[in-house]
This record gives sequence, structure tokens and C-alpha cells, in this order.
Amino acid sequence: MIRPTLWIVAVAALLILPPVLPDFWVTLLNFAGIAALVGLGLVLLTGAAGLTSFGQAAFAGIAAYVSAYFTTVYGLSPWETLPLALLAAAIAALLLGAVTLRLSGHYLPISTIAWAAAIFYLFARLPALGGQTGLTGIPPVSIGGFALLGSASYAYLIWTCVLAAILTLGTLLRARAGRAIRALRGGALLAESFGIPAFRTRMVAFTYAAILAGLSGWLYVHFIRFLNPTPFDITAGIKDLFVVMIGGAAFPWGAVAGAGILAGLPDILQAITSGQNDNYNLIAYGVIIVLLLQRSRAGIAGALVAKFPALAPPPIAVPTAATDDLPTRPLPPRGEELLRVRDAEKWFGGLCAVQKMNFEVAAGEIVGLIGPNGAGKSTMFNLITGAIRPSGGAIAMRGVAIAGASPRAIVRLGLARSFQHVKLLRGMSVLENVMIGAHLRGRCGLLAGSLRLDRAEEAALAAEAARQLRRVGLGAVMHRPAGSLALGQQRLVEVARALCADPVLLLLDEPAAGLRHAEKQELAALLHGLRDAGIAVLLVEHDMDFVMNLVDRLVVMESGRKLTEGLPGAVQTDPRVLDVYLGGVA
Amino acid sequence: MNPSIAMLLTQDGLTAGAIYALIALALLIVFTITRIILVPQGQFVTFSALSFGLLQSGEMPLTAILVAILAVLAAALDIARAPATRRLATAGNAAWRLLALPAALLLITFLVPPASLGLAGQIALTLALVIPLGPLMYRLAFQPMADAPILLLLIVAVAVDVAMGGIGLLLFGSEGERTAPLLRLSLPLGPIRLHGGSLLVLGVGAAAMLALYVFFGRTLTGKALRATAHNALGARLVGIRVRRAGSLAFGLAAALGAVSGILVSSIMTVYFDSGFTIGLKGFIAAIIGGLGSYPLAVAGALVIGLIESWSAFYASAYQDAIVFAALLPILVVRSLLSRDLAEEDGGE
Repeated sequence: MIRPTLWIVAVAALLILPPVLPDFWVTLLNFAGIAALVGLGLVLLTGAAGLTSFGQAAFAGIAAYVSAYFTTVYGLSPWETLPLALLAAAIAALLLGAVTLRLSGHYLPISTIAWAAAIFYLFARLPALGGQTGLTGIPPVSIGGFALLGSASYAYLIWTCVLAAILTLGTLLRARAGRAIRALRGGALLAESFGIPAFRTRMVAFTYAAILAGLSGWLYVHFIRFLNPTPFDITAGIKDLFVVMIGGAAFPWGAVAGAGILAGLPDILQAITSGQNDNYNLIAYGVIIVLLLQRSRAGIAGALVAKFPALAPPPIAVPTAATDDLPTRPLPPRGEELLRVRDAEKWFGGLCAVQKMNFEVAAGEIVGLIGPNGAGKSTMFNLITGAIRPSGGAIAMRGVAIAGASPRAIVRLGLARSFQHVKLLRGMSVLENVMIGAHLRGRCGLLAGSLRLDRAEEAALAAEAARQLRRVGLGAVMHRPAGSLALGQQRLVEVARALCADPVLLLLDEPAAGLRHAEKQELAALLHGLRDAGIAVLLVEHDMDFVMNLVDRLVVMESGRKLTEGLPGAVQTDPRVLDVYLGGVA
Repeated sequence: MNPSIAMLLTQDGLTAGAIYALIALALLIVFTITRIILVPQGQFVTFSALSFGLLQSGEMPLTAILVAILAVLAAALDIARAPATRRLATAGNAAWRLLALPAALLLITFLVPPASLGLAGQIALTLALVIPLGPLMYRLAFQPMADAPILLLLIVAVAVDVAMGGIGLLLFGSEGERTAPLLRLSLPLGPIRLHGGSLLVLGVGAAAMLALYVFFGRTLTGKALRATAHNALGARLVGIRVRRAGSLAFGLAAALGAVSGILVSSIMTVYFDSGFTIGLKGFIAAIIGGLGSYPLAVAGALVIGLIESWSAFYASAYQDAIVFAALLPILVVRSLLSRDLAEEDGGE
């Protein structure tokens, strides 16, 4: 096993090195650790959640100023100010997140630049914070009466924090709460469709990252024991992001690799340019990042893992023995009306995509929604699943009105879906992708996930995901990255993920596209099995042979309206349907 | 506060606002056409202001050397990418297309005394030095990854800005530049006098906006750019060259930045790192317009300028903090105008 060995080597090195290395190198090691903590927050925020912040240095600054202020003015010890400092960073993140995290992707990074600049000017101008001259006489951290004054003794404190953060973050990323955060990368619609509240989950990731940055700021200020605004300016925030871009945002240790390189780079460049000033550093940083992102986006950690797969985290264990049971939903009696659509309408500006649609789906039947391209089938799907709000009409699921409700409220009622354009996390294993589907059937949160208190539940979730994958015939590929599968198989992964949500109504958007003939037959057999168990299926599909042999009933749409509905045989011979499909030739 | 101070603050605010409006327009042009959030836009302003400042004080800026280096790199990249049989032709083409102007700029830089150029010549030379930086930046940094997600393009943009900041310090040093007023004029208006500098900024700003309006509304190239902004794939299908559109957008942005730089250097002292702050204020204006609306962005820029001048009067120490914090209420409003989930650009 390479990974445990590497951990032992790393811990041993960190125990032995600080007292023996020259002070210059230990100081460098400490700065690398301080930067790595901010980077670890960005591994969660950027690497996992796909959000970008250039303002992490501002959070570190807030914590540093809070700790410096309360230790110097009120005489508190750094241990007493640590919770205050972290709380201040967390509150700042919650406030800023509240106004930026509802907006789409690119607003967040731009606004982080702006408020990081605002916070920096505040540090520099508030007289109580010492302005540009800064605060002095900040006390050191003491442990059991022993003040950590030297670089070497402080290195133990910093690197204990770094190693603890790596361990807990690495564990979290593979747990239920971590998967929810990673699901954000697939877009808010994917997360919400499986019951993950996108906004709140973004807030969690953002606050987590801010608290790690705050810890880094606290460590910084009681190491240097002098504080001015410069280390928290916007350039510092940009460098924090560069740390994970260079190191690789996909793995926690990528932040450490990046932090090490960026801490060492100024001295290396200084040696090359024989003592020229700072501006070569800036040019070098910029050029390195541009070249790196043009060539590979995985950073050092990504490149190393690609070359030595043993460095990657081991696959999620699938229990072979029986596990705790996940909660299951009682299936409705056959024939019970599950979905009722009444006069549903959707207008996009002056264009009417869906007009006065009426139909029902009952438990234990397969209904096909067909129609030529542009008929409004996918819009109808999106109206039912809550992806878009209807302009009018009523939609009810088991008697509950769901028109205009959020996807995550709708999935709680037992409606799970697949997507026309596959929404899988390409770098994540097939199994973990499917486990996202079972999100609502688990309970464990961030803390349990970080501290491995969730093992029984995780085993049950993995067992359930594996069961559903075997059901769709993908048991053999469950540990492969989802992006490595053929498109048809990816659609089946989406079916398995939807089944993991324990639905009573399954909405499938073109599930057979890209499947071979034998695979289609297997899919049809699977769907028949589900129907016989009492689940209802509503599907959009273009493959007429597949649809006609599969469904119990058909609803035909044309130009946003319902053209007709009925049994496959009747619809097939309906002259209006032939007219629509064959353009009046028949 | 008396009416004359209010009028003075308004004059200052609108003048600064007009500059931010030009920046915001450049950012919008580049974003809508290429999806790149052009963080280094402010660097065009700095490079232009400092180059112009040096020319005015009788020194030759070394900007031409930067243009030449970037052009040689771009030419090398073009040649390396060309198929082996087309190398020679590509080299000839690149030499003419990319290297002729830098060669001319280098000749002027090392042979002509700046004072002999006259004001118009100095302005023309400044524009000629700064505008090529736009397309070259696009060619070297962004074109190789034009299909990348917005967020990666943004990180690259920030990296380019960081590098440009370092280059600016190398070329111009940390000394600031402030040029003589371009228009020595002072008109009485009630209790105050309108400064020629302000009038010039407002006039040139309005003229630039009008020129852009005509360009995008009336010319074929402008319409092609708008088509690219609306749908890049569709534009490609009807024969518009999307790469050229990106290059052109960067050229326009650099031109707007260069003009702003010349204007701004006559109303404030510009340092090598001023561009970032000026650019950021243009951003806030562009965000007010939702990164899509030109008129809203211009209005937003004027509001930013006014907030800035008035907060300079009431709380000068916190001027920049107030301007940047003004973004927060704007974002709250944008948050409340929430949209359907399906319209969000998702996916990795």
C-alpha cells in the first residue's frame, strides 16, 4: 500500500525536520503550511464544488485582525481568540455568500475580487487596526506554559493543523456531504434533482473554505506577531488560487504541493535572476499559470496520479455482507393516479412551448411521451420535475400540487429523473455518481462525514448503488470514472442513479439513445420489471420500435399541444400522428 | 455642502464615470464575444497612460519591445502549428501580418526623438503601441483554450493580469505619470468652472460610444461580431471566423483602454498598479448591466463615478472601500431576479 506508507514518511519527516533544518528553511516550511491551509479550503471550494474565489486572503485577514485586536487590546490569549477569529471568518463568508452564491458561476469570482479589495482598504484605513503601520506586540501561542516562539516549535503547530485538515477533508470528500458538494459541479439542477439544496450546499463549502483560511490567518499572525494589511491584499488572494491551480485541486495534497512550490518559487527566481526584485516573480507566476492551464488543468497532483494510479484514493468499498437497510418508500397500489397534469403551459417570451397539456400517469404503467423535434416534450419534462416554472396550469404528484415547486421538493415525493443531456460527474467513479441518487436516503452530515462516524450508512449507500448498477447491467464498471463510459452506458448510469432515489415515478429523457440493440432489450426488460413491481415510468423517446414494444400508453405532442393519447396500436395508425411524423405524405 | 461643491463633485464623478464607462464597454464587448472576463483590461489603460506620459516628458517608452517580443512569440506559435508543407507560407504571412508593425514601432522608438512628434503624433504612437497588445494577448493566452469553461478563462485572465502588472513595473518603474491637460479650457457654469479635461473626457467618451453604436449596428464586421456573441457555433456555420472575432474584440478592448489611458493621465496620476483598480470599477459597472446590457453598464459607470467623488468628499479614507462595497447591494438585486434552474449553465 503506497498511500499509508507515504503518510508515515510525511509525518516522520515533519517530526524530524524542523529542529534539524536551518531556520530559513523551517520558516519557508511554515509559510508553505500556512498557504496550504488556505489552499485546502480551495480544494473543497474550487476542486470539489467548482466555485472560484479570489478573496480567501481577505478571510485569513479578518481572522488575523480579530485575533491580533483581541489579544493586544483585551489581553486574551491566542487560544481564546481562535474561536472568535474563526467565527468572524465564517460570518463574513455567510454574509458575502448570501449575496453572491445564488448567482451563476462567474459572478462569484468577480465579486470576490471586489469585496476582497474593499476589506483590504478597510484594514489599511481603520485607525483601530493600526492602518498601514499595523499592529505590534502580538503574543505568541503557548502550549502548557511553553511559548511557541521559534520557527521550529511553531512548525509542529502549523503542520499538525495541515495534516488534520488533509485527513478530514480527504474523508469528507468521499462521504455523503462531500458528494453533495461535488455534485454542485454538475450544476444546480443536477444537485436539486436529487434533493441536494444547491444554495445551502454552496454556502457550506464557502464557509468551510473561509474557516480554513481563517485558521491560516490566525496561525500567521501569531507566528509573525506583527500585522499589517499587505499579506491580505488582492494579490495574496490571487496567489492562494494559484496554489491549487499549480498543485492540483482534485486532491487535498495538491494544495500542499502547490503551496510548497509557491513558497519556494520567489527564492528560486531570486537565484536565477540574481536578486532582481519582485516583478519577475509576478511575471513568472502569471506565465506559469497560463501555460499550465493551456496544457493540463489537473495540476501537479493530477499529473502524478495519472502517472502513478496507486497515488489515487482507493475505490469506495462495496460491502459484500448484508448492511443496514436504507429507508424505502412503500409502493402505491397499482392503478393509483401518481401524476396529474392539467392545462400546463409554458411561455418563453412570446413563444409558447407547452400549451394546455393534460394527461395522467398511474402506478404500474409505462407512458411514452412522443412527438417530433421541438414539440415541447423536454419542456414538459422540465415543468414536471421543477426545473422550470410553468406559466400556468396545475401539476400534482400524488395529490400534492407541484407546479412551480423546486426539484428538491418534488424528488422528496418520489419522482426521480434522468437528463436528456447526460449530467454525470465525469471524473467521479460510476458508483459515487449513483450514490448521489440516494442522497435523500442518508442522514449523515459534514461533521460525521469528516470524522468517519458515518461508516454504517456509507456502507448501506454503497451497497444500494452497487445493487442498482448491477440491475442496469453495469456492475462490472462501477469503479471506473463515469466519463470513461460510452454515452449509452452513461444514460444507464443515470437510470441507476434515479433508481437509487427509491422513486415511485421515474422520468426518463431518451434513455435508449446510443444503446445497442441487445442493450435496448435489456433496458426494456428492466423497465417492465419496474412496472410490474408497481413503479410508474414516463419516458421521452425517439426510437419508435423501442417505444411501441415498451409502453402501455402514449401521449403524442405537437407544437406544444397534446395531439392525441392512447394505446400504442391506436396511436400508430392515427392519421393525425402519421401526418405529423411523415409530413402528410401518408 | 453648498451647491458649488455639489456641482464640482458631480463634475468629477461624471468625468471618472465616463472613463469607467469606456472600460465597462470594453469588458462587455470581450465577454459577450469570447466569454472571457477581461481582468487585464485595466492594464491597457496603465500601459497607455504611462507610455503617453513618458512621450510627453520627452522619453521613449519601451512598450515597443514588449509588442515585438509578443509578436515574435505569436508568429512562432503560428508557424509551429501550421502543417509542415505550409510552414514557409505561414512564416511569410506571419512576418507581414504580425511583425511589420512591431518593427516600425521599434524603429520609431529608437530613432525618433519624442518631442519631434508633436501632441497628435504622440497620441497616435501611444495608440499604435497599446492596441496591438490586445490581439497579441488573445493569440498567446486565450486562443489556445478558447473552448474552456468560463471559470478557467477567468483564472487565465487573472494570471495574464498578474504578469502584465509585473511587466508594467519592469517597463515603467514605480514612478507615477501625470500629463499636462490636453485641453486648456475653462468654461464658467454658475458658481463653478467646467474644466477642459472633463469636457474632453465626456466628449471623447460620448464619441467612442457613438462610434461603437455605428460599428455594431451598421457595419458588416460589427454585425458579424454581434452574431458571434449571440451564438458562436451558428456564426461559424454561416462563415464568420470566430477566432478573428476574438482577436477583433481584444483589439477593440485595447483601443478603448488606450483612449481611456490617454484621457485619464491628464486628470489623475497613474501608477503601474492603477489599472487594476480602474478596471475593477469598470467591472462593477458591467455587472450592474448584468454583463449583457450596454446602456445599463454606462449608467452604472456614471453612478460608480458619482459614488466615488461624493465618498471622497465625505469619507476620503474609505473611498475605495465604499466603491467596491457598492457591489454588494447590486448583487442582492441580481440575486432576487432569480431564474429557472434549467437555464443555468451547468456541467463540468
